[in-house]
Amino acid sequence: MIIKILGSGCKKCVALGDNAKAAAEAAGKQAEIVKVTDFAEIAGYGVMSTPGLVIDEKLVSVGKVLTAEEIGRLL
Amino acid sequence: MNLFGWLNDQLLRMQWLSELVTAGVSAAGLDPATRLGGSVHFFVYDVIKIFILLSVLIFAISYVQSFFPPERTRRILGGRSGIWANTLAALLGTITPFCSCSSIPIFIGFTAAGLPLAITFSFLISSPLVDLASVILLASIFNWSIALAYVAVGLVLAVVGGTLIGRAGMEDQVADFVRNVPVQDNEEAMTRAERLAFAGEQVAEIVHRVWLYVLIGVGIGAAIHNWVPANIITALLGQDNWWSVPLATVVGIPMYADIFGTLPIAEALIGKDVGLGTVLAFMMAVTALSLPSIIMLKRVVKTPLLVLFLAVVTGGILAIGILFNAITSWFI
Repeated sequence: MIIKILGSGCKKCVALGDNAKAAAEAAGKQAEIVKVTDFAEIAGYGVMSTPGLVIDEKLVSVGKVLTAEEIGRLL
Repeated sequence: MNLFGWLNDQLLRMQWLSELVTAGVSAAGLDPATRLGGSVHFFVYDVIKIFILLSVLIFAISYVQSFFPPERTRRILGGRSGIWANTLAALLGTITPFCSCSSIPIFIGFTAAGLPLAITFSFLISSPLVDLASVILLASIFNWSIALAYVAVGLVLAVVGGTLIGRAGMEDQVADFVRNVPVQDNEEAMTRAERLAFAGEQVAEIVHRVWLYVLIGVGIGAAIHNWVPANIITALLGQDNWWSVPLATVVGIPMYADIFGTLPIAEALIGKDVGLGTVLAFMMAVTALSLPSIIMLKRVVKTPLLVLFLAVVTGGILAIGILFNAITSWFI
């Protein structure tokens, strides 16, 4: 699966990326973490507050840093 | 002394802290009345004061902000037009997140949803320029009449600027992809615990982001305060010179800093008898426009609209500066 982190490289985006990685590992899934920093592409998902989390092209959260457990439930 | 005066002096202006730092500087063997002692006092006192106020204010304001995510703001503004819609947009701009990095996604999201450029630009001008934290900080460093005047002219600039940009009929001067962006309402309800956690995160994030600018700003402020001779400052930025406001504006535009970093510089300049209008123009130019934000905006709007935006905001800042220099005596 592909997990995308939408955000311009702020601290929160890094934290969200780390949590997503931890969640995928905990769930035993092979996941590729992609950081999307281009805001045209970010806006393409209809996101106005970063960071956003996209799992397999589906936008699942905006504007907050989910914990690894919360992401695990979404996977 | 009346209660309000006491609260103002001790909580907002932190006289207790000033006295504490004076005692500390003296204990370290420096006389606060000397140049070096005065610089050290200015630096230590301003740094501590700004960080205390910053943390408390951002916490309180972020809590309020958590009720107004961009999606909700967009819904509130949707379908409105006219001067009152611009005013509403400017007001909502004062309670939105501080980070200028989020203003471009907001521009795209608003425009994609069909909000007129007039409304979107009123919001975009007001958002970095005026926020509740800056009002309280201005009141702390200067006084309440300057703080309220700053808010008032900031909002007027946002309303008038947005209206002018709307009148220009440049709805087609937006990058083509913007119109094709899907409009989603991703808003999720937050519990009180989540709002408090959000406010705490905002404090950590913003302090992390601005601490260096604040230190640099206070450093420059301390240098101006005690080391740069008043006649040099007066020669450059004195009220008798016609170029003082344009110079302050042109120097401020490319600079990227939060209002928190510019305040100590403003404080020191006012202390050197620089006109209030010149100082306000400098602060507004630094916060409203910066090279990074112009470069980002260039990617979502076409050149004529970008030029119009820069011209309107720069013109507005010049007008505000000249006006306030003429009426400085009302405030100080």
